[in-house]
Amino acid sequence: MISLWRDMNRRGQVVLVVAVLAMLLAPVVATRYLLSVLTLILYFVYVGQAWNLMMGYAGQLSLGHALYVGLGGYVAAGLWVHFGIGPWLGVIPAVAIAAAFGAFIGWLAFRFGIEGVYFSLLTIAFAEFTRIGFDHIGPLGGAGGLFIPYQESRLGEWWNLRGGQLFFYYLAFVLAGAAVLLTAWLARSRLGHQWMAIREDETAARALGIDVFRAKMKAVLISSAMTAVGGVFYAFYYNNLFPAQVFEMSRSIELILGPIVGGLGTVFGPVIGAFVLTPLGELLIAVTDKAGLNAPGAKAIFFGLVLMIIIYLVPGGVWPWLSRRLGLVRRRS
Amino acid sequence: MLQVRDLDVHYGDAQALDRVSFDVAEGSIVAIVGANGAGKTSLIRTIAGMIRPTHGRIGYRGADIAGLPSHRVCNLGIGQVAEGRQVFPTLTVAENLHMGALLPRARAHRDRQLARVFAMFPILEERLKQTAGTLSGGEQQMLAIGRCLMGLPDLVMFDEPSLGLAPAIVHEMLRTIRALNHEGLTCVLVEQNVALSLKLADRAYVLENGRITLAGTGEELLADDRVRQAYLGM
Repeated sequence: MISLWRDMNRRGQVVLVVAVLAMLLAPVVATRYLLSVLTLILYFVYVGQAWNLMMGYAGQLSLGHALYVGLGGYVAAGLWVHFGIGPWLGVIPAVAIAAAFGAFIGWLAFRFGIEGVYFSLLTIAFAEFTRIGFDHIGPLGGAGGLFIPYQESRLGEWWNLRGGQLFFYYLAFVLAGAAVLLTAWLARSRLGHQWMAIREDETAARALGIDVFRAKMKAVLISSAMTAVGGVFYAFYYNNLFPAQVFEMSRSIELILGPIVGGLGTVFGPVIGAFVLTPLGELLIAVTDKAGLNAPGAKAIFFGLVLMIIIYLVPGGVWPWLSRRLGLVRRRS
Repeated sequence: MLQVRDLDVHYGDAQALDRVSFDVAEGSIVAIVGANGAGKTSLIRTIAGMIRPTHGRIGYRGADIAGLPSHRVCNLGIGQVAEGRQVFPTLTVAENLHMGALLPRARAHRDRQLARVFAMFPILEERLKQTAGTLSGGEQQMLAIGRCLMGLPDLVMFDEPSLGLAPAIVHEMLRTIRALNHEGLTCVLVEQNVALSLKLADRAYVLENGRITLAGTGEELLADDRVRQAYLGM
């Protein structure tokens, strides 16, 4: 984590400090709407980073990360609604169950040599049939959705994640910050190097004596566990969960666009990506609303175009290009 | 040090190795020569634990290592420099070298090994922060060897180290292998370049269609009529 700081030059350090301070102080000036957009951005930083560990560093393309968001959210929300078990406690089984799913998918794929595209298809399949399964789980609301009831008396119980917008904003900030620090640390660790070797060339990694199966399993476990925490946040922030919404393929895609646009396998890529894409999405909604257009799917088409343009202009993502352009990192000779 | 006995390897119905047996004495250079498709790479990968043999024994320092996974085999001190070099082109030279030292047996010795690699290949120290893809073919081969040495091997299998290199570089590569051998490294050289590898080898084997067809010292094989006809064009 210290290396993250050391890798930046003076200018980069100043920019980072200013950005963090600006985010910390944003609620002073931001309107409620702006704060909700910033919260959404930070949420996408967090889940994007979780996915980035698995794809950007370990090179395993999951297209079903909505699975872990949904499982995390449903487990914690279900425990709260039915048993009154608060999310700080509920997050533990939520993470455990999501990680167990992740471990099973990983084991199935890596043990039996399901690689590349086939691995991605497997992740989609699991997310999809979990979605269909949840349509039929009565106690969790089935297709009709699970709602966390609004209780006047509980308002402000931040320890049960019943805080207001300001509380969720800072919670998202802490999650996003922690995810960035964790990524920076992992990227420098032995495990991070094993991941990168596998990402670059699995056969070569094996020839160097890297336990490929084990390193890939760790990637799925860490990524799915982290994503599940994001799911708990999601559930208690929005207070409702519908299988058709949370497990949807488009949710998985939405979650991975940030890191791709920002720069895969970089610490700040998912951060920049979320800050670029989320406001664009909000802007699009505002514009179409103003124009009185009701265009479902417009956001997907719009993001598709943005993705194409960015990949065409800066194939490595916005962050590597931006940091070079603004001179924020120490130059590699 | 290494005794391979009756090794069979199959890919589905196709047999790649057929009762292959050979020995590698500690501190020697052993060459395994053969044409393209003779099974040379299969042999290396099987010993390295990347392919499971269907039959046979691989004795290494008294233990049977056949069927062990590759990370365990590597950690016993058997390294390999793969065909086509297999450096990580988008990563820096420093990162590439670091990845060779992730093995449990090598972690504590990283700095010392790095100094040794730099002493042998000073160019790598100069290029430390460059991405490996920007290196010349010869430099990449040095990086591949350096990366392997970072894992502190006692025995290294070189798969076609001369492939795709200019003749002058090939000679340098062979000098490097000889120098490493003088320092105590046991070397298995798997080559299509028969003349060069036989000159270097203490002992040599000819691999044809997955079978060992000839064995002897390097000099004996160089003088053998069948070898001269089939591989040296004389």
